[in-house]
Amino acid sequence: MMGPVLETLIGGLLTGVLYSLVALGFVLIFKASGVFNFAQGAMVLFAALSFARLSEFMPLVFAFALSVLVMIALAYAIEFLVLRRLVNQEGIILFMATLGIAYFLEGFGQTIWGSDVYRISLGLPTNPIFILESVFPGGLLIDPAELIAATICAVMVLVLAVFFQVTWVGRALRAVADDHQAAQSVGIPLNQIWFLVWAVSGLVALVAGMMWGAKLGVQFSLSLIALKAFPVLILGGLTSIPGAIVGGLIIGAGEKLAEVFLAPLLVRAFDLAGGGIENWFAYMLALVFLLVRPQGLFGERIIERV
Amino acid sequence: MFYREVGRFKTSYKADQAIFPIAQDRWFVIGLVAFAFLGVPLFAGQYLYTEVLIPVLILSIAAIGLNILTGYCGQLSLGSGGFMAVGAYSAYNLALRLPETNIILVFLFAGVMAMLVGILFGLPSLRIKGFYLAVATLASQFFLEWAFARVKWFTNYAPSGSVAVSRIELFGVPIDTPGKTYILVLAMTVVLALAAKNLVRSWIGRMWMAMRDMDVAAEIIGIRPLHAKLSAFAVSSFYIGIAGALWAFLRLGSWEPLAFDVNRSFQVLFMIIIGGLGTILGSFLGAAFIVLVPIFLNQLPSWLGIAISTAMISHIEFMLFGAMIVFFLVVEPHGLARLWAIAKEKLRLWPFPY
Amino acid sequence: MNSGRYSLRSSGRNDDGEGHGATRPGGRDIAAGDVLLAVEDVSLAFGGVKAVTGVSFDIRKGEIRAIIGPNGAGKTSMLNVINGFYQPQRGRITFRGRPRPHMRPYEAALGGIARTFQNVALFKGMTALDNIMAGRTLMMRRGLLWQLLRLGPALTEETHHRHRVEEIIDFLKIQHIRKVQVGKLPYGLQKRVELGRALAMEPDLLLLDEPMAGMNLEEKEEMSRFILDVNNHYGTTIALIEHDMGVVMDLSDRVVVLDHGIKIADGTPAEVQGNQAVIEAYLGPEPSR
Repeated sequence: MMGPVLETLIGGLLTGVLYSLVALGFVLIFKASGVFNFAQGAMVLFAALSFARLSEFMPLVFAFALSVLVMIALAYAIEFLVLRRLVNQEGIILFMATLGIAYFLEGFGQTIWGSDVYRISLGLPTNPIFILESVFPGGLLIDPAELIAATICAVMVLVLAVFFQVTWVGRALRAVADDHQAAQSVGIPLNQIWFLVWAVSGLVALVAGMMWGAKLGVQFSLSLIALKAFPVLILGGLTSIPGAIVGGLIIGAGEKLAEVFLAPLLVRAFDLAGGGIENWFAYMLALVFLLVRPQGLFGERIIERV
Repeated sequence: MFYREVGRFKTSYKADQAIFPIAQDRWFVIGLVAFAFLGVPLFAGQYLYTEVLIPVLILSIAAIGLNILTGYCGQLSLGSGGFMAVGAYSAYNLALRLPETNIILVFLFAGVMAMLVGILFGLPSLRIKGFYLAVATLASQFFLEWAFARVKWFTNYAPSGSVAVSRIELFGVPIDTPGKTYILVLAMTVVLALAAKNLVRSWIGRMWMAMRDMDVAAEIIGIRPLHAKLSAFAVSSFYIGIAGALWAFLRLGSWEPLAFDVNRSFQVLFMIIIGGLGTILGSFLGAAFIVLVPIFLNQLPSWLGIAISTAMISHIEFMLFGAMIVFFLVVEPHGLARLWAIAKEKLRLWPFPY
Repeated sequence: MNSGRYSLRSSGRNDDGEGHGATRPGGRDIAAGDVLLAVEDVSLAFGGVKAVTGVSFDIRKGEIRAIIGPNGAGKTSMLNVINGFYQPQRGRITFRGRPRPHMRPYEAALGGIARTFQNVALFKGMTALDNIMAGRTLMMRRGLLWQLLRLGPALTEETHHRHRVEEIIDFLKIQHIRKVQVGKLPYGLQKRVELGRALAMEPDLLLLDEPMAGMNLEEKEEMSRFILDVNNHYGTTIALIEHDMGVVMDLSDRVVVLDHGIKIADGTPAEVQGNQAVIEAYLGPEPSR
């Protein structure tokens, strides 16, 4: 009995790490500019498309390097065309701007790279591994590709977390997130900071895109992965890197467990046409959390001073 | 020169508080409504009715609803699609199980059901704000989408998951031509828009706007957040629910839950952003924009004599939408309604430059 | 009881013919000169920071009470406690003879307490007129269904309140900007609009947080006149925080002095002026006349 639960749990946790990586892209941008970047999903798709198509006619390493350049160029374009012109607007305006960027990127990406389903072959092992065979009969099944993907993501998350905590860039970012004008007036180069952050976020999107693309294939629905990352964000807190990690794990595990164990119960109880509760379970879970802690697990308490 | 207020003094507060205090505005709108009822049917063909007028009117109702919640009360919601679905399926089930019910009552029932669901899903707004709330509304969106797809009772155990409505009639008159449908939708839109305009001009509208601008200060003058937010959710969902029922019955005829998915939510949100947050006029302008631009884009290749695949057109549509949204936000964050207001300002001075 | 009330006070009756006493929940009617609000041994702390410690004072009906002290003395926090924004860890507020535990800001509003803020808390998206009309919200009775049609009673009510608000606008001399969006107004006018919104509530107790901040001499004189008029003609009790010593000495009947969250003096302006502790705390040069 414990076996299947543990297996599902591990699978969920591994997926959760991938969610964390996508969420991390959001957190970075939000921490640095106070912008909720709805376009993160579109960036993941765009990055994955670039890598998938480029790797069709060049070695993986070159494809990766080029894709990195593509994402950096994208970050520059976004900063130059959009962000620079919306300095000091309210958060909701910037959020809507990212909605616009998201739509644009989805159309643009498919225009230049095409809209078929593309494969990413990273050369990851596909034969399942079985662990703990001594404890559970037959052992627990783990997908090695997922394990490797999760490890890569975990490493990235840790590197970024440390980078932003320790360096002066991290401090500058926090200042910028607080107040654009004030940060400018103390000489923080707003435009460069934003460019840097969006570039890093783009890289994060690229790695996430590669991992998810290898898992699911690169197609339009990849941008919907971002929608999955939202519950992670609100559970962990919009401004917290550890929150993205913990939130991702909780959402990943919770979702998988609900899908495997809760859904059949509901189907039988309410005579449903199939399960599919993973579409909303993560959101509901995050919503319930929010009611208890409106700023997320690790988010900053919003203190109203008058 | 022609569009002036000088010399026209209002002699009472009542006159100052009218919807269209400037006489020219009043005549313009009355003329427009009269033209819509009497003039349009004289020349409009089926295409104009079914592809332009009816969608724009119905979506305007949804846009008014979302504008009340997001534009006036400041509660960002991404759940419009789900509430439209509640309206659509409530109407469907009522019409199915009590077939003799007057169609207007069916639509009102749809609104009421959506209102109840809206109040329920609006409760989190008492604790959660801003983007967190927006994401929480996605919870309602995805849950409702799923419910109408999986809970078989809602779709009357239809094997394919899609439902259809048969003939509709109002007081014995069958609504079976686009022309008649148009008149029905137009009448409902005018009534609902007028009611909404009255609401937002009243203390209730001020209460919502106070909540939006500074909820802390709103409490100081005696506004209770619970009252303000839930009433906004209630009225907003009522409108969106009716729009959903109208969309299902009078625009689609037969539908599946996908018609009200998260893309629909974003569509309505875009309408009010482009049209103008916090204005009734903006709801109409935004709806017109969102409906007309794809039509225009679809015709463009043939006008230019180029052949473009439908997939490519859809991609270009996405790009254009995205670009226009960013453009609007940079140039005029307050949308088309503000541009209209600025144009009117200039018109007051015309032909003088200042 | 109703002496010296101008039309602003609409003789204490609203449209339905009920007296204002009936719309103010709880408490007894207080005679002029009696204690309207009492702060009893209030302590407030944020985390480790002690904003206010063991402060007690009272505000008498009909007076102008100044709360002064150096920066960081806890004056705004004190006002926030009276308002219901912060709940003190210790002590209590007694309003109109009844204690008010866990009072929320809108309950304070219901009870007849109005407030302005240091950093003007206006509704930036609305016009000056709408902001002041918003202050009448508590008195608007006609509900949603009436408003949808905006006929008869709803329209009458709106027009009635518009009359009252226009009287306030006349009083504050802001007719020329009533249709301007407040976000576009200069700071001094914003402060006046905020005062107007507070007055629209027809409060028994008006809390003003640095109403003269950022004003030049002319503006200060005008604002002082407004405050005096409100107190003289409408009988509104006023508690204000102010830094300008001249204003404090001229306007107030009594003064309470805070320093580092503790009350160090309480009395008439003359008494406080001569108080050694106050002088040591921060008192500036002699007030000019």
